[in-house]
Amino acid sequence: MSSPRNPRTKDEIAAAIALDIPAGSFVNLGIGQPTLVADHLSPGSGVVLHTENGMLGMGPAAIGDHADPDLTNAGKIPVTELPGASYFHQADSFAMMRGGHLDVCVLGAFQVSVGGDLANWHTDVPDAIPAVGGAMDLAIGAKQVYVMMTLFAKDGTPKLVPTCTYPLTGLGCVSRVYTDVATFDVGAHGVGLVETFGMTAAELTQRLGIFLG
Amino acid sequence: MTTICDSPAEALARVADGSTVLVGGFGMAGMPVTLIDALIDQGATDLTVVSNNAGNGDTGLAALLAAGRVRKMICSFPRQSDSWVFDGLYRAGRIELEVVPQGNLAERMRAEGAGIGAFFCPTGVGTPLAQGKETREFDGRTYVLVLPIKGDLALIGAHRADRAGNLIYRKTARNFGPVMATAATTVVAQVREVVDVGEIDPEVVVTPGIYVDRVVVA
Repeated sequence: MSSPRNPRTKDEIAAAIALDIPAGSFVNLGIGQPTLVADHLSPGSGVVLHTENGMLGMGPAAIGDHADPDLTNAGKIPVTELPGASYFHQADSFAMMRGGHLDVCVLGAFQVSVGGDLANWHTDVPDAIPAVGGAMDLAIGAKQVYVMMTLFAKDGTPKLVPTCTYPLTGLGCVSRVYTDVATFDVGAHGVGLVETFGMTAAELTQRLGIFLG
Repeated sequence: MTTICDSPAEALARVADGSTVLVGGFGMAGMPVTLIDALIDQGATDLTVVSNNAGNGDTGLAALLAAGRVRKMICSFPRQSDSWVFDGLYRAGRIELEVVPQGNLAERMRAEGAGIGAFFCPTGVGTPLAQGKETREFDGRTYVLVLPIKGDLALIGAHRADRAGNLIYRKTARNFGPVMATAATTVVAQVREVVDVGEIDPEVVVTPGIYVDRVVVA
């Protein structure tokens, strides 16, 4: 038996995350797919975007002549500033994070464990050059850490796992995982299945080999 | 007291081999490319460089790496689409790498500049980057002991200086400049213009001149 709905596209996942971000939140969107969430935040939501290279009130990507080499996001893409924006140095930017002032961050992941451990910075393959950036600070600093990822790797192995096998970014830090085929709550009490898309709960349980509450 | 130098070469005339050099910038935003070029010309080698990234493209920090002057990189995010110079050196075993979470990188220099001997931080607990480091529990949460980073030299990019060495920055090019300016024995700033004392509103000064030794227009 299969679910009537199809798996979600990246944009549909981003839209679902945007809908779950409370109005007026201070939010950091990680490099890569999570930046798509910005396109789905309603202008009236009052959500303020933080970029860890030193800005609150980040606007959309800058286009053409509006690109300013002094104004980029954490992915080094030229961006714009919104009214009410502010700039600050790196120690302040990370104090904001580590001091628990950010409400939500959305990160990509290689693996998330049922207990909310996050692995998203290093694959540990012999030729890989380790690079962590702000991932470890975001993981332990933001009040809520949402992960946006496909549920299965390209080789079909699940990325929601009993225990992470990739090097960890943070312990027990993820609260919610948004994927193409399901949304999960994770944490000390285990996994809760919130919604499915194109797969049934029974199929998910079988593929993942974990208990879904 | 701050000296306004006539040339980048004058500002970097005496850099010893084996120095630890803090290099500002996040990618190319705020990177003091002219000062790095002058450091290449000056010839100091066996350097330890502290910077967020490990060079982009072929200019700035990447050029210093390509010239073979850097023994060790301390950074948070070396691997990027345009970090081919560093990638090649690293894979050839010709450069050491210490990866530091970005917040720790900033805070280690802030601590140095503020006279803090070490600090406990929750970042990285339970990860490979905290392995072998002392941990302690405060109020039910585990923290890792982190030590400061001190530079012999800091090279930073700012927007404008006055003749007293007060600096202001522009947009996200501020990034590591204000923190690095506090954490090195000698601090050299590359700016777009130098104005007379009194022409920068004291209320908007970001890096007070006490931290800045030399300024060069580039």
